[in-house]
Amino acid sequence: MRGLNTALGAAGLAAFLALGEVVPRVGIVKEAYFPPTSRIASAFWDELEDGAFWSALGDTLTGWALGLATAVGAGIVVGVLLSVVPYLREATASTIEFLRPIPSVALIPLAVLLYGTELRSVLLLVVYASFWQILIQVLYGVQDVDPVAEETARSYGLGTWARVRHVLWPSALPYVMTGVRLAAAVALILTITAELVIGAPGLGATIMVAQTSQAVPEMYALIVVTGLLGLLINVGARTVERRALAWHQSVRGEVAV
Amino acid sequence: MRRALIRLLFVVALPAVLLSVWWLASDGSTNVFWPPLRTILRTFPDVWTAHRFTTDVVPSILRLTAGYATAAVVGVALGTVIGSYRRVRAVCEPVLEFLRAVPPPVLVPVIMLFAGIGDTMKIVVITSGCVWPVLLNTVEGVRAVDPVMKETALSYGITGAARLRTLVLRSASPQIFTGLRQALSIGIILMVISEMFAGTDGLGYTVVQFQRSFAVPDMWTGILVLGMLGFLLSVVFQVVERRVLGWYHGLRAAARRTP
Repeated sequence: MRGLNTALGAAGLAAFLALGEVVPRVGIVKEAYFPPTSRIASAFWDELEDGAFWSALGDTLTGWALGLATAVGAGIVVGVLLSVVPYLREATASTIEFLRPIPSVALIPLAVLLYGTELRSVLLLVVYASFWQILIQVLYGVQDVDPVAEETARSYGLGTWARVRHVLWPSALPYVMTGVRLAAAVALILTITAELVIGAPGLGATIMVAQTSQAVPEMYALIVVTGLLGLLINVGARTVERRALAWHQSVRGEVAV
Repeated sequence: MRRALIRLLFVVALPAVLLSVWWLASDGSTNVFWPPLRTILRTFPDVWTAHRFTTDVVPSILRLTAGYATAAVVGVALGTVIGSYRRVRAVCEPVLEFLRAVPPPVLVPVIMLFAGIGDTMKIVVITSGCVWPVLLNTVEGVRAVDPVMKETALSYGITGAARLRTLVLRSASPQIFTGLRQALSIGIILMVISEMFAGTDGLGYTVVQFQRSFAVPDMWTGILVLGMLGFLLSVVFQVVERRVLGWYHGLRAAARRTP
């Protein structure tokens, strides 16, 4: 069954690539706008031999990783703090509900004025966008803590820190991991956006250069690279999630009775 | 009565504190990039006149609506087809996983090649970015339809459009709404940046123009408008979701009360 699915998937992928080859060759779309798969593939190999491509990839990954790490750290700390200190959750709810939906791209002009094309502009956008993903999941997770477990911990005389460490954190971890997975994808989107729009060095800026200089196959090759990067990040995040939650019933697949 | 007052206090207290801190800290600020809040608020009515609303805000919202609605229809339709047939799903899965992983903003330069820089480009960009979360969540939702309900519907002879409407789409709707919510935030991002790239009107274009001409207080008002738009759209979304998924939230609440 699994083998059949893999074969069907491979067939689908092959058909997709073949379609990309045939459609421009036959002339359904202009070859100048949509080069056939083979030309994109050869542009892709050329990129791999180019040192500038690797440094752009490095810039993108740096922005992504730093931004995500900052957002995860800040999101967890703020989330736990808001849930542990009494009344803080209620007092901040309206502010969070207002700030969260603000699109981070609204900050682009500010980032340009403050930091120009530096890494800090990228970080501003990435951290703002991914911070909320984490924070909201931490808050959901803390709400989900089993009241019996919490009360048991209290009556055994566990202090605040011990309760956070042994009761709150393990209960919230599945939610936090969901947040990290979502934030990883959002962080990549915002890193590429910042590079495209602001011109901070990285894959996005390289795509923009390729577009303005009419290097269409190179542009498609770079877009394929961003897609592969997104795929790797998704798969990586899911793996980390499974590892970190190996003890949890949602991963173990056992039904608690 | 006292309860309500305390809740109101919780809702207003922090925003009031934050706003007054902003007001006081920025008052008398001479830093060009951080103008006093007083100046920003004074500029606001001058910049966002009724005329500007019709020339910049309305076109942006119309483009977002057109692109988002197209993505929702296409995503739900394709997702229902792909989710209903196991074979089709197996064939499409790797391609869809890849297409979803492409960060939507890189579509802007591609679609600019095909569609120029007009309204069509922006609507196509928004559609092609928003369609993936809707599509993939619909696939998941349709796949997870309860088999008992499926068989019940079959034995009651419910088929065709009635089956689709009352069984498949109904039970997939919580998932579909998850997808729509993700798509909304992507849609706003794409609306703004497609206008920042190229255009002659729209919110993104205006805000970037303010920034390029160093009209800093005007730019800040633009940021505030974008923020309020994001907030309003999410409120509208929540209202719609609560109406459409009222049965679902009720079911969940009931399930939680009787474990």
